[in-house]
Amino acid sequence: MRESSLWIWHIFAGLVILVLLGIHMFVMHLDAILAALGAPLENPIDATTVFERSRQAVFMITYILLLGAALYHGLYGLKNILFELTLPKALEKATAWLLTVAGLLLFAYGTYVAVFVFMTKEI
Amino acid sequence: MESNESADKTVLFEVLRYNPDKDKSPVMQQYKVPLQKGITVLDGLVWIKENLDASLSWRSSCRMGVCGSCGMFINGLPRLACNNQIVHINPEKITVKPLPNFDIIRDLVPDLEGFFQKHRSVKPYLIRKEIDELDHPTGEFFQSPEELVNYIQFAYCIKCGLCLSACPTVATDERYTGPQALAQALRYNSDSRDEGAKEREAAVYSGSGVWRCHFAGACSQVCPKGVDPAMAIQLLKKDIVLKKLRLRKYQHGTGVLPKTEEWKENPKIPKAPAPTV
Repeated sequence: MRESSLWIWHIFAGLVILVLLGIHMFVMHLDAILAALGAPLENPIDATTVFERSRQAVFMITYILLLGAALYHGLYGLKNILFELTLPKALEKATAWLLTVAGLLLFAYGTYVAVFVFMTKEI
Repeated sequence: MESNESADKTVLFEVLRYNPDKDKSPVMQQYKVPLQKGITVLDGLVWIKENLDASLSWRSSCRMGVCGSCGMFINGLPRLACNNQIVHINPEKITVKPLPNFDIIRDLVPDLEGFFQKHRSVKPYLIRKEIDELDHPTGEFFQSPEELVNYIQFAYCIKCGLCLSACPTVATDERYTGPQALAQALRYNSDSRDEGAKEREAAVYSGSGVWRCHFAGACSQVCPKGVDPAMAIQLLKKDIVLKKLRLRKYQHGTGVLPKTEEWKENPKIPKAPAPTV
């Protein structure tokens, strides 16, 4: 049953990625489409624009959410792929722990960067 | 099948031979079999055994696609040997191997022990909370024709093992519960008389259960009885998601059908024996 909950979270994380990555793509790379729709963005990938955006609470939260969803979705998928190699049970357990710890560390580091930039006044 | 030495046409049978006690590896052996109208692959094998090679081994019983014993890998697909005519497959050459994804006991006989263990793991029988009614039945549990339709398709399973032999996930992960057992879990979970869905969860939703399915659909394609195990697995996934989100409740089995006023005991029907446990 634990596997069912993890799988439902996997799908939910996929949906979160779909929405947040969609926003990311529009804001960062598909500005031409936004311009055509009447909402132009000036130099979206310029360093100062990126910094200004990162200092907005809404973007900081979406960055952390996207990071968490992407890490969970990716690492859980990787775990499933590795488990299909029918590893010995002890190795499976070690792999699951390793991926969990790696995920948590990456999430902590990514969150720290997002919060640090949000708190930074100037570059 | 009647021997027909003077038949004009023959079909070449290429059959895998393997005796694990004696042979290092399997070999393909060729036989020429007279081709007659309506001859099935099983008929061809019987002809070989009767006329050419008595040592050829396989498993079969009913000869009419009911018992599920004669599952074999015929011309690249898992099929029942008894309900596939040679002319419909290839009148020139028939290649017969034992079902893939199973160990070979001998020649065309696969070892189905693991298959039945998986089948048993999902508790493929009606589970009720009130034991008293099961031990001392007072009538029959109610089920409407509409409720029967919910699971009847999956009740057609004849446990032939073709779905497991076609499954790419079973091929790479022997711990995977497999389409047959999972379809049977759905068959009983969907039965209005059953209350055992929760008891089956440990086997159905474990790491080797429904989440391992890649939805290749090969199981449904090869099933000789038209059962759709791939759909069953998706329905099991849907069921647990709805239950986790509290959008669906666990089923309470239907009650015992009340006896009508006209009900009379039929003296010709013998009484049920006393419970043994």
